[in-house]
Amino acid sequence: MNYKIVVLAKQVPDTRNVGSEAMTPEGTVNRAALPAVFNPDDLNALEQALRLKEANPGSTITMLTMGLPKAIEILKEGLFRGVDSCYLLTDRALGGADTLATSYSLAQAIRKIGKFDIIFCGRQAIDGDTAQVGPQIAQKLDIPQVTYVEDILSYDDKKVVVKRHIDGGTETVEAPLPLLLTINGSAAPCRSRNAMKVIKYKRANTNIAIDAMSDEEKAFFKTRPYLTINQLGAAEIDADPNQIGKQGSPTNVKAVKSIVFKAKENKTLTSSDEDIKSMMSELIASNAI
Amino acid sequence: MNNVFVYCELEGKQVVDVSLELLTKGRVLANQLGVELECICIGSDLAGIEKQVSPYGVDTIHVFEAEGLSPYTTLPHTSAIVNLFKEEKPQICLMGATVIGRDLGPRVSSALHSGLTADCTQLEIGDFDMKVKEGDQLVDKHYEKQLYQIRPAFGGSIIATIVNPEHRPQMATVRDGVMQKSIVDANYKSKIVRHDVAKYIPTTDYVVKVIERHVEKSKNNLKGASIIVSGGYGVGSKEGFDKLYELAKVLHAEVGASRAAVDAGWVDHDRQIGQTGLTVRPKLYIACGISGQIQHVAGMQESSMIISINNDPEAPINKIADYVIVGDIEEVVPKMIKYYKKEE
Repeated sequence: MNYKIVVLAKQVPDTRNVGSEAMTPEGTVNRAALPAVFNPDDLNALEQALRLKEANPGSTITMLTMGLPKAIEILKEGLFRGVDSCYLLTDRALGGADTLATSYSLAQAIRKIGKFDIIFCGRQAIDGDTAQVGPQIAQKLDIPQVTYVEDILSYDDKKVVVKRHIDGGTETVEAPLPLLLTINGSAAPCRSRNAMKVIKYKRANTNIAIDAMSDEEKAFFKTRPYLTINQLGAAEIDADPNQIGKQGSPTNVKAVKSIVFKAKENKTLTSSDEDIKSMMSELIASNAI
Repeated sequence: MNNVFVYCELEGKQVVDVSLELLTKGRVLANQLGVELECICIGSDLAGIEKQVSPYGVDTIHVFEAEGLSPYTTLPHTSAIVNLFKEEKPQICLMGATVIGRDLGPRVSSALHSGLTADCTQLEIGDFDMKVKEGDQLVDKHYEKQLYQIRPAFGGSIIATIVNPEHRPQMATVRDGVMQKSIVDANYKSKIVRHDVAKYIPTTDYVVKVIERHVEKSKNNLKGASIIVSGGYGVGSKEGFDKLYELAKVLHAEVGASRAAVDAGWVDHDRQIGQTGLTVRPKLYIACGISGQIQHVAGMQESSMIISINNDPEAPINKIADYVIVGDIEEVVPKMIKYYKKEE
């Protein structure tokens, strides 16, 4: 069967190792100092999509992201690995969205992109760790979901059988198409870029950016339509203004505070034999160990 | 109406710990709000379920019992809750931040258009002021007795308090072990409401089939351990953890890890301690090469005693430690083993 596959991905600040260079003197995080990366679980999702496409010639992968204009970087990473076409959903009106408003915007964009059989997304994004957007999109598109997927075991034109992670074990689940899968970080890692595809797609850009180019450049892109990434905004996805951005977000941030640990009185020791020996004696004497 | 609801997750016939912990928290919140505590049990064999949940002070138990409701699949459980909530209009709904809760919670919140906050570490009741659009004007609006959903955010560098003033229910998930369970009254009397399942769950919901299921008892006993030796990114490698296992063996301790060490592939995910892992309260916590991001500290700060071994004297975790050893793990850990054996 030819599957119409959609991959959802997010560009995120790399929060995995917030080093001292990313901290402001006030002790808060300087987000701008963190590198923007392809969300790790979304790379696992992309790999599953690529495998399904390869095993089923004629299948196509459309990749969609919502974010700042610079999120085009991760779409290109998709093209470099075998994605066929891309959509960049970017609009100030969509900013400040919580997971619910985000899932509404993405569901609207998916409707705009057209018919699909299977949607792949990462289990969760490292900047929020909520794991909510995937299931919320499935609900809005009125399709089933299977979350925490580690592997696709079999498939036909009506259903897929997947292995998923559950608390303390695994589960094998059969689910009908169309379907949304969220892929766990324990699934197969994503392949690296394909050198030929990097050459082919390195100049890929959005239709908006291309429109602003010189006639000569426009002509170049016209002869290579595969280089055009479709940019969408709130108007293009027929978004209800009450359901997007901050306005469409039920959750409000009441307060944010940086962490200040309440300092305890402590003993500072060195790694000398003497120090370690006396600490161990104290711990034994106090029945701590 | 407008009560506090807890979704009770089942493993076999057993209500899981995190649900009992949430019933305890839910009881406290309900008392503060002057409302009742209700819970939802969905499964295929729920005989006697009240014996497990009533002692936590549940006023009403909603039972949905039918073939096909166990093991859990998303759509039938979603429909039961969504349709029940349309009638009951709860103000708060709590779920465990388990694989099930994190599959079900967002689906329910999307269907009801209500806010959901994942992995909360504290839940409190308080007031909230916000500017609201009325016509073309922004006016100040005061909301009383809102649920403060408090969680570390942004990789654990900040703590955010989330509120959902305009939407109900206010939904939150909480990880296993974050709250503590406590029985209110062993003979607490609950009202049991058995619902007509077919009225709430359309037959078209039973489309996902669980073919096979393997659940093993946890390979470690981190939750109950009195001593934990925990390693972070500073341990440096998978081999580096061998020394930690050795120390743990000598001290009869369990080995834990920070997220950075788990992400690096040095330790299994089931040993991760922190907001997105386990919450532990041991007598002694030995943090080796752990810098102490709040996302980690959230899961171990209630340890009775903390030792931090780190070559960075400024590591944030040192502030909450009782002993700070400034030095290399490779040097310090073997010495701890050596002197423990000598002194014991």
